[in-house]
Amino acid sequence: MYRTPRLFLFAAPLAAVPGRAVAAGMPQLNFHDPLLIGQVVWGAVIFGGFYLALSRFALPRVERVLTSRRTRIQSDLDIARKAKAEADRASAELLSARHEAAEQARAHVERIQNEARASADAHAAETAKRLEAEIANAETRITQSREQALSSLSEIATSTTQDLVSRLIGTQDEQTVASAVKRVSA
Amino acid sequence: MTGEASVAAGSTIDALGQFELHPVLGHLGEALRFSQSPLFMLIAAAVVLVFLYVGMRPAAVVPGRLQAAAEISYDFVHDLAVSTIGENGATFFPFVFAIFFFILAGNYLGLLPFSFTYTSHIAVTFGLAIMVFIISILASIRFQGVGFLKHFLPAGTPVWLAPLLVPIEFISFLSRPVSLSIRLFANMVAGHVLLEVFAGFTIMLAGLGAFGHVLAIAPIAINIALTALELLVGVLQAYVFAILTCIYLREAVAH
Repeated sequence: MYRTPRLFLFAAPLAAVPGRAVAAGMPQLNFHDPLLIGQVVWGAVIFGGFYLALSRFALPRVERVLTSRRTRIQSDLDIARKAKAEADRASAELLSARHEAAEQARAHVERIQNEARASADAHAAETAKRLEAEIANAETRITQSREQALSSLSEIATSTTQDLVSRLIGTQDEQTVASAVKRVSA
Repeated sequence: MTGEASVAAGSTIDALGQFELHPVLGHLGEALRFSQSPLFMLIAAAVVLVFLYVGMRPAAVVPGRLQAAAEISYDFVHDLAVSTIGENGATFFPFVFAIFFFILAGNYLGLLPFSFTYTSHIAVTFGLAIMVFIISILASIRFQGVGFLKHFLPAGTPVWLAPLLVPIEFISFLSRPVSLSIRLFANMVAGHVLLEVFAGFTIMLAGLGAFGHVLAIAPIAINIALTALELLVGVLQAYVFAILTCIYLREAVAH
């Protein structure tokens, strides 16, 4: 299959070559030539040496380099994988620590907020109580003042009436005026 | 491709001369039967080993270009062996690696001028294929015992078909090293003969004077394209050889 077209090519010039060459035949088939058999013996020796040199020295050397490269790459990969695992673990630790800190901070803020709210509420309640007390106080005072004012009102009215009456008629009867004022104001 | 040098100056093209074996190192090479073919096998093995050695010398965690190339070569063949053969693939990985790069380096070195393509010799490719064949038989006996012989009768076959099927399976089994070796050999020979022939055309046309010089551009262009094709074929054939080796070994180790 590999030689068919080439054999035609091979045959063509052979057919074209006249005379001497064909008559002499192929040197490869001249088995009387001691050199022909000699090359087979030499070939066996040389090939044997070649095979031994390859299998003992040359090929194991290539194999060693390839193996050392494979193990080197493998160990480098292992180191890289280990480093990655460590980095992953550190990153996870960091994440959880951050999460924890955030939780703590939130709780803290909440507590402070609650405290502030409670204290503000207490403060407001106290203020309201004080204000209420003051309001009640003031109301009492107002009531007192009003009552005072109301009680002094009849006196003022009586004295004013007495003055008016004495101006008008020159005399006065305190009793009468007082009762009259009281009647009117009642 | 040493053939360019040996192209006859006249009217003939010696397309096969490039495959001739010549002793190197003078008389010593002659005595040791050491031709340029084993020389290039040595060079190929050395190139691959040096490539791995120099590439992996930094042993860096982040590889440079050469180290990345060495590691890709390793991973490519390793994946091929393990995914095809199965859990025992790692055992045969160095063998498959050696096969793949021995053939690939041979194919590619052969494309350099003045070099020699040892994978273009049937003796060499058949030797490699027989080695794969024998190793897969040994692996079969090692992993399955004599039970591996039951592969010659596919499971679920009616018994009365056995006299027909067993010989067929046996012949196809025996033909494995033949097809494995001829595939690689024929591909490499074909490619190099083509390169030689078109290079020869260039020289012949150049001998025709000014007009021929212009025409000679055509075979050169074809040779450039053929070289690109040979680069593809070189790696493809090495891959085919290696993957067929893996497939045979998988059958051998399968339970």
